[in-house]
Amino acid sequence: MTQLREIAHSRTGDKGDHSNISVIAHDPADYPFLQEHLTAELVAAHFAPVLHGGVERYEVEALGALNFVLRHALGGGVTLSLALDAHGKCLASAMLAITLPDRAPAGP
Amino acid sequence: MTTLRIGSGAGYSGDRIEPAVELAEKGGISYLVFECLAERTIAIAQQARLADPEAGFDPLLVDRMRAVLPACRKNGIRIVSNMGAANPEAAARAVLGVAEELGLGGLRVAAVSGDEIRAALVAGGHPLSETGRPAAELGEALVSANAYLGAGPIVEALEAGADVVLTGRVADPSLFLAPMIHEFGWAMDDWERLGRGTILGHLLECAGQVTGGYFADPGIKDVPGLARLGFPIAEIDPDGNGTITKVDGSGGTVTTATVKEQLLYEVHDPAAYLTPDVTADFTGLRVTREGPDRVRIEGGTGRERPATLKASVGYAAGWRGEGQISYAGPNARARAELAREIVRERFALIGLEAEELRFDLMGIDSILAGMSPPGEPAEVRLRVAGRCASAAEAKRIGNEVEALYTNGPASGGGATKSTGRIIAMLSALVPRAAASPRMTMVTR
Repeated sequence: MTQLREIAHSRTGDKGDHSNISVIAHDPADYPFLQEHLTAELVAAHFAPVLHGGVERYEVEALGALNFVLRHALGGGVTLSLALDAHGKCLASAMLAITLPDRAPAGP
Repeated sequence: MTTLRIGSGAGYSGDRIEPAVELAEKGGISYLVFECLAERTIAIAQQARLADPEAGFDPLLVDRMRAVLPACRKNGIRIVSNMGAANPEAAARAVLGVAEELGLGGLRVAAVSGDEIRAALVAGGHPLSETGRPAAELGEALVSANAYLGAGPIVEALEAGADVVLTGRVADPSLFLAPMIHEFGWAMDDWERLGRGTILGHLLECAGQVTGGYFADPGIKDVPGLARLGFPIAEIDPDGNGTITKVDGSGGTVTTATVKEQLLYEVHDPAAYLTPDVTADFTGLRVTREGPDRVRIEGGTGRERPATLKASVGYAAGWRGEGQISYAGPNARARAELAREIVRERFALIGLEAEELRFDLMGIDSILAGMSPPGEPAEVRLRVAGRCASAAEAKRIGNEVEALYTNGPASGGGATKSTGRIIAMLSALVPRAAASPRMTMVTR
């Protein structure tokens, strides 16, 4: 198993009740692996306890990055939410706890 | 002009002040831009202005200007900021006051306003994006409505010779784009350059978040000198490509990783980043290391700007009441859970009327409810929060938590309680004509 934290870094931003969480490969060579395994469905399942909407995934190959938008993940939005972390700033670190299959061994 | 250097002096209203002074003194910059206006801040500022016609601008404006104006005047640095909040004209007068106090004569200060669109929003019957219902239905609860303006009126102020430009609600990247348009003479429909400039503005708008702030993860992503984090400088070419760097010797780090994280911060579709000026496209960007603490950003582009303006709408959403109390040592979790059950039962017994209630065990489930592994914590803090129609009702929440001292489980400690008014934000898309951007040179 590969913990996402080993191969990628992440940052959360908020817009209304929606959270965006980027996942950026430390090494751009790992981007295809992320693209294959870190699906919107997997992310939605991981965040199921806080998610009240869908997940969209945007691919930015030039940056070796995926950008996830989690709809209605912020308890009504920063300004209405009673949550301690109303911005969902901590969600990026939670993202990095996702486990993925082992990577294929590097080429010869 | 060959290369334009713009510094970012603040990423939010309460940001550190010294990094901006460092930029003004040692940054070799021509412009210092402060982004200080969060979504809700303008609604709160609007209420302050209603109570006092000379209030309603950023509470740290005078402190920031007192700190940076001497070096800015000495080095010919012009200042752009949205610290005008709900009252840019009064903010401009306050800055002229600081200049006078510091003996800096001849300072030209402009105010950009016209973002306030409450009347137009109600009269136009525009629906709120979140609910689909007209804003007018908020009735008395509607506190503020402000459209995000673009770079245009700031460019006008710079062309009129302003040394300091203070605005109300303006899209964050537009604060940075305006000096580029002014210095390079870009056309307002040169989508490629406007897109590139907007991308650099987006990288600068949160200040330290691109120079190593909000980034460190010890052992994996280490950042030196966060206590004296340097704020960013963009070196911009006439074609809109540029380099992000910081003052030599300041804390923090600028790497391709810090830049990529900030690029996607608060972005949804990277192919269509919407501002009032342009639809910027990040997907073809090349982000490369140019040297120590120097990262090159090239290849961005843009398309025609959106037809509508986004507006943020503030409304009074009642009162928040909150109480907290801690438990520690063996069986802390069970005692906190018992405390939570007692408070729930008390709310039923006293007939507490709340629109929403939340019970958190801090250290266990307050941030990532349902995502933490089970286990016995050394300490845990119960937090109860609720939203009520009145202050008096909201106050009962904290009172019930505090009463756990003498009526709850063993050795509860450190109880706190608070209440506060909730101003919540919604958004709407309005025709450009709903806003009436205007620039005024202000004299005392």
